[in-house]
Amino acid sequence: MCLGVPGKVLTVDGSVATVDFFGVRRDVRLDIVDEPVEPGDYVMNHVGFAIRRIPPAEVKETLALYEQLLAAISSEDLLAADIRGEIAATREKK
Amino acid sequence: MNDAGRNAMQFRDPARAAQMASLLERLVGEIGREPVSVMHVCGSHEQAIARFGLRAIFPRALEVIMGPGCPVCVTDMPEVDEAVALAEDGIRIATYGDMLRVPGTARSLADAQAAGAKVDVVYSVTQAQQLAAKLDEELVFFASGFETTAVATAAVLLGSPPPNFSILSAHKYIPPVMEIVAEMPHTRVEGFLAAGHAATITGCAIFERFVERHRIPVVVAGFEPLDILAGLAKLLELVRDRRPEVANMYPRCVTREGNRRAQEVLWKVFRPVGGRWRGIAHVPNGNLRLRDEFARFDARRRFKIDVSRLWDYAPPSLAHSCICGDIMAGIASPSSCSLFGKQCEPDNPVGACMVSTEGTCRIWHQYGGQLDLRDKDERA
Repeated sequence: MCLGVPGKVLTVDGSVATVDFFGVRRDVRLDIVDEPVEPGDYVMNHVGFAIRRIPPAEVKETLALYEQLLAAISSEDLLAADIRGEIAATREKK
Repeated sequence: MNDAGRNAMQFRDPARAAQMASLLERLVGEIGREPVSVMHVCGSHEQAIARFGLRAIFPRALEVIMGPGCPVCVTDMPEVDEAVALAEDGIRIATYGDMLRVPGTARSLADAQAAGAKVDVVYSVTQAQQLAAKLDEELVFFASGFETTAVATAAVLLGSPPPNFSILSAHKYIPPVMEIVAEMPHTRVEGFLAAGHAATITGCAIFERFVERHRIPVVVAGFEPLDILAGLAKLLELVRDRRPEVANMYPRCVTREGNRRAQEVLWKVFRPVGGRWRGIAHVPNGNLRLRDEFARFDARRRFKIDVSRLWDYAPPSLAHSCICGDIMAGIASPSSCSLFGKQCEPDNPVGACMVSTEGTCRIWHQYGGQLDLRDKDERA
């Protein structure tokens, strides 16, 4: 629950961004992120809110853990389940 | 061993992991005492340590303890009782899945649900709010989580939630409980590994006063296996050099000041009050409650919650032997619990640490039951 999930911003509409999470498109809220966010940026998200714009130089390193965990087939993996939960916590695209 | 256990030793960079392991070994040797005990306060850290089998490569003399880092686990029974009482009074409750089976004094929300109460599982406060908007009845969101999650609850209340929506806050604030652990008479904790994403919000400067007061170093670390190993190495270095300092080993998400906007949102809506954390202690300023300006969204003020009828029942007898509190305080581990893996399992949990996917017992059970391979060696 503390892990959050990174995603790539596709479009920004006011305080809502459409974000790509490893192939899944969802809406997240931008109310509490403290930097302007633009399409192409990566953001760290927690329970449906972007909490941090990930510095571009750090994106690759940040994504690696998630890619590794999501590749795990085991449905029992708590970290992978947490990531899926974080994606589910965002909003269905309108 | 399950799949996760079998895959536990896969590192993205095994060579660097091996380097880090020998660095840890050297640092512990230079400290020259054993055990050297450090504590982390984050369920995701414990999941990563277990998932990647890190304890197998820690030096024998290094103890990495999970402290009170699972918000669901430290939700106190009377807080669960409030949610159960509301549900039994016919009020619809929405909450995170992990909260369902957390034992209250007599019953859990799952028990109430099985008896016909209206309890919905949601992944986020936003979903709870959306659910309320579709309904003609009151909906109470039973909110748990540390400051990272509380910010989301606060942001929703600052928007315009529907009038039938309210919050029963069990949100907790991590920095004060670190003080409690540091002041426990039998504490062996010589350093803290702080959770990366909570610090994303609060900033690592929040730990500076703690470090000054308790002379214990704090290192903020990320969640990659190598992030955790690097965080531990930095922590041991600070312990070795007797340098009580704050170090940020997760700069890609954490700054000194943190996320100012999120902090404003958090403190506009919540105020810290003292309260009990299950199994730990009364934690001054450890609970987050809604400020007076948001009283109309506060379930505690909107409803008359009568928990007294729940207290007529004796707690389940097994709970007397549950040592969740000692485990979260860092003075016991799941393997020293007589119930662990026997009477207490994920499908039939006795204590909160076995309920939540962020609880120490649940994590240890999931990843093979005995995570500290070094203990095994000693027994053999």
